[in-house]
Amino acid sequence: MKKKFKLEGLECANCAAKMEKLISDLDGVKEATVNFITQKLVIDGEREKMPEIIIAAEKIIKDLEPDTTLKNL
Amino acid sequence: MQNRLQRIIIGAVLLVIALVLQTNFQGINIALYLASYLIVGGDVIRKAFRNIIRGKAFDENFLMTVATIGAMLIAEYPEGVAVMLFYQVGELFQSYAVDKSRKSIADLMDIRPDYANVKKGDELVRMDPDEVQIGDIIVITAGEKIPLDGKVIEGSSMIDTSNLTGESIPREVEVGNEILSGCININGVITVKVTKEYEESTVSKILDLVENASSKKSQSEQFITKFARYYTPIVVIIAIFLAIIPPLIIESAIFSYWIYKALTFLVVSCPCALVLSIPLSFFGGIGGASRKGILVKGSNYLEALAETEIIVFDKTGTLTKGVFEVQEIHPKGISKEELLEWAAYAESYSSHPISKSLIKAYGQEINQGQITDVEEIAGQGVLATVEGQKVMVGNTKLMERMDIPYYKGEIIGTVVHVAIDNSYAGYIVIADEIKVDSAQAIQELKKANIKHTIMLTGDTPNIASKVAKKLGIDKVYSELLPADKVEKVEELLLQKSPKGKLAYVGDGINDAPVLARADIGIAMGGLGSDAAIEAADIVIMTDEPSKIATAMRISKKTLGIATQNTVFAIGVKITVLLLTVWGLTSMWAAIFADVGVTIIAVLNSFRALNVKNL
Repeated sequence: MKKKFKLEGLECANCAAKMEKLISDLDGVKEATVNFITQKLVIDGEREKMPEIIIAAEKIIKDLEPDTTLKNL
Repeated sequence: MQNRLQRIIIGAVLLVIALVLQTNFQGINIALYLASYLIVGGDVIRKAFRNIIRGKAFDENFLMTVATIGAMLIAEYPEGVAVMLFYQVGELFQSYAVDKSRKSIADLMDIRPDYANVKKGDELVRMDPDEVQIGDIIVITAGEKIPLDGKVIEGSSMIDTSNLTGESIPREVEVGNEILSGCININGVITVKVTKEYEESTVSKILDLVENASSKKSQSEQFITKFARYYTPIVVIIAIFLAIIPPLIIESAIFSYWIYKALTFLVVSCPCALVLSIPLSFFGGIGGASRKGILVKGSNYLEALAETEIIVFDKTGTLTKGVFEVQEIHPKGISKEELLEWAAYAESYSSHPISKSLIKAYGQEINQGQITDVEEIAGQGVLATVEGQKVMVGNTKLMERMDIPYYKGEIIGTVVHVAIDNSYAGYIVIADEIKVDSAQAIQELKKANIKHTIMLTGDTPNIASKVAKKLGIDKVYSELLPADKVEKVEELLLQKSPKGKLAYVGDGINDAPVLARADIGIAMGGLGSDAAIEAADIVIMTDEPSKIATAMRISKKTLGIATQNTVFAIGVKITVLLLTVWGLTSMWAAIFADVGVTIIAVLNSFRALNVKNL
């Protein structure tokens, strides 16, 4: 399943690239894309693991850019 | 942003005061520098420490903090403060540029309808397009965006489709016509019955496609991602070595001198210029293309288009209109109009495409009371009695069978012979008409360095070669079945150079396997056709093959910008690093190599958005 988020306050393009890599590597994630320009995150992953994936992704984002917040779309 | 600007100004003023005063009291100077530094760089330092506490050291804030504090520790106060100041000015510009590009892309994508006027009883209710259901009746007044796909059930109007097609001439719609979301209603009021939910409607499909196009990354983007992964750690490690090793092994070396070099390295260590500007270029190119009615489903396809060597076209529906029309009328003993009239009358009961095109060409009311004894001979033609005269309309087989001598010269197209009362009355040539811009498209593609243009068709060799000759196509393969087309494309794939790409252009209706097999599958006339949008990598929303050349120009421009940025950014960074090692530059140059280059690269990638003259 695909889940879309808005990354509010995403300011650093290099961090966005790092986020994308780290979230893509999470267990159960097929593909993750961070679009710096539209400030959007799309996670394509297994349905059952989605809750954990989202929690892990949120942590990755906070670690890389503490001022960015994840919002459901 | 306002706040940041104020801090920069105050900090700059303090720095200037400190530089001008140059008091003999060391303490006052240092105090002024420190005040300026903290005002300007406070947030950077705060973020840097926050990151250290979190155990995430290597970000820009940390590097800038280390570089500037380091500079001040080796008593280079003005340098330390100024570097922070310029870094902040650069960041300010950068966020302005990013904001600006986000806005212009948002404007570009501003085809999303905000509301729909739904008819509930006698009232009109303003609703979110998302909540409208199939079968609901919506009313669209002049100037409003069409929120959902549907069918006009009342009223007529002119519709601006430029958001979807790039076509500036408005289209007229009336009762019974399908209309697509994303277009704008120009003048009249129309009532529309919704045929698709918002999620499934054209506008949301297009937006989805364009927004997600960035997930399929181009090679340039992949290179940048890889480069970034190695570049920063390598530069940081070299910086550490620079700070430690030379002072240890070179006797006369001064610690502070090498530390300054190391700090300069840190300033240049962020790959931001690249990470930011390359995806921005591609996104801009894809966004710009969508405004021209060209949907590109991934940055990789936009990139591949520039490397295309071979373009393979399907004939019917792609280069030709796919509609049979009467092209020539050659009567014998009667007038052209009479010949067409006889043929149309005789064929008036048939639903064969050939019959339809005859009836269409005749264009007048047919009095079917005058037609009797109609007999259709499958694969040959029709016999009928019209106004008491026996009319035969059909192909050569019918003429042979009826033993009527007919014109046997070479004719290109589908030929319909006519005989009246057993004597030959002439023939009519019916053919698929070539699209207005097909020849221009081939010409433009050749100008764009396409090595081979090839046409595939199920048609007969003589029709195929005539069309190819008219259009200037290099090579034709005719009498192909759909499966043969896949085979041919596979053969052709072997003929290109290793880096070159093959693009196949079809109408997306029965050639999905071919579209999938080619490096780039391009579907024409995608407006409203889900199958085409699904099967292809690039969808041309209109029926114009010349849009392929346009897409290619957009692709080349985008790729050019991406290459310029890559070469420029990496070039400047490496030059500054090298100059630093030899002590030929300062932290000022490093700041330019960091934020200066980023700003220039972002501004450059802006150009990808502008596809007006392509």
